[in-house]
Amino acid sequence: MPIISLEHLDKNLGGKQVLRDMSIDVDRGESLVIVGGSGQGKSVTLKHIIGLMRPDRGRVVIDGNDICSMTEMAVNQVRRRFGMSFQEGALFDSMSVFENIAFPLRRHTKMDEEQIRTRVEECLELVHLHNVDSKRPSELSGGMRRRVGFARAISLKPEILLFDEPTTGLDPVISDVIAELIREMDQTLNTTTVTITHDMKVAFKIADRVAMLYDGRIIEEGTPDEFQRSTNPIVQQFIDGRAEGPLTERE
Amino acid sequence: MTAVLDRIGLAFIRLFEQTGIWFRMLWRTITWTIRPPFEVGEWLRQMVRLGVDSIPVVFLTAMFTGMVLALQTYIGFSRVHAQDFVGSVVALAMLRELSPVLVALMVTGRVGSSIAAEIGTMRVTEQIDALKTLATNPVQYLFVPRVISGIVMLPLLTILGDALGIYGGYIVTVKLMGANPVLYMDNSYKFLEMNDIWSGVIKSAAFGLILTLTGCVRGYYTTGGAEGVGRSTTQAVVSASLIILLTDFFLTKLLF
Repeated sequence: MPIISLEHLDKNLGGKQVLRDMSIDVDRGESLVIVGGSGQGKSVTLKHIIGLMRPDRGRVVIDGNDICSMTEMAVNQVRRRFGMSFQEGALFDSMSVFENIAFPLRRHTKMDEEQIRTRVEECLELVHLHNVDSKRPSELSGGMRRRVGFARAISLKPEILLFDEPTTGLDPVISDVIAELIREMDQTLNTTTVTITHDMKVAFKIADRVAMLYDGRIIEEGTPDEFQRSTNPIVQQFIDGRAEGPLTERE
Repeated sequence: MTAVLDRIGLAFIRLFEQTGIWFRMLWRTITWTIRPPFEVGEWLRQMVRLGVDSIPVVFLTAMFTGMVLALQTYIGFSRVHAQDFVGSVVALAMLRELSPVLVALMVTGRVGSSIAAEIGTMRVTEQIDALKTLATNPVQYLFVPRVISGIVMLPLLTILGDALGIYGGYIVTVKLMGANPVLYMDNSYKFLEMNDIWSGVIKSAAFGLILTLTGCVRGYYTTGGAEGVGRSTTQAVVSASLIILLTDFFLTKLLF
């Protein structure tokens, strides 16, 4: 049974149909990467998985539970099984790095200060950061902010990790480092991972399976090899990053 | 012509929509207040920020309002040889009306705006979404401490304003105009009832709720990046000030 199952989602935002009858399943333990251009509904898809948005039609089923029909309290219970990393990190800028990572621990566990400190250090170790715990988010570089965001996302030992555009705005080297880190976390923590990105290099690096979102639905999915061999001209244009092709003709 | 009617109609729809949102968030704030966990530390932090840090502003506002009020009434009243009653007028006006309203408006400018800017920035940088993904309700974590601090601290600031206003009036009338100090203080208290103090205090608690909740709601529904945060901040101050002035009239008329 898939751990995440999106069934026939429709979502209209501000008069624009963002998702059209969109369905995809994610199996336990796999790393799925959803690729697609800007404004094709990638972030919206991710927000549906964790219940930040509710679909106009369709169901979001997490491990057998339809979260669209749950109360907010019940959704919060489900959310504790998730860790989500945001595009720019979305760190709480009124708190230090340490307090950011300790935030979910203080709220959802009965750990004492000593245990919290140990766990925060473990998390920072997992994302290869040192001596930053007293810094403010504004003092960190973009790549470091993402990593602190990762550390916060994994602090409650989630089963499912979601990454929203983890490498956008980073230079190619740091992007690769971040992609390695996601791959590594996925393996060492034994999680199910869903990443959205428009960076194909990153996608092929971390994916067990790649899916392409276009015009509100999934138009192609498969292992990185299968995906690269796709005969769909839209997919090929996106992989090659060409200016000419069906993607641009439509506009 | 239809375009004009369209715009008027849209403005009304927006007004009703905003009012609905405001009351819905008020309800959610109330229901989340009585649910654990109670973040007492965060409540106290907000009380310091809203209350203690506002003391200098309240000090100057109330003191000078009392002083100018005394000056104006003294000039007017001396024409009819009623200058002995300046103290009563200053005390009544400060307690019932000026201290609650002016303190609320000053705190709206100082704190209501910063609440809207803070929560608005959290919205546009996805920190509100991050809170939710960390299984934390933003209304409980952000709204409740701020609204509670408003309801608790505004009455205290108002009482401080009452005292300072009366003292300011005393300085002007006695030291500047040379009135009899004993008569002034005597007249200040003679015509007062407990209700005068309570009415001001109860009104200020309502204003505290209005200014903090409006700031929170405006911030929470911010869209459109840095420009949106600026817009929310302005709207928070303008709408909170207007709601305070309207509520002031109706509360005074209905309750006291």
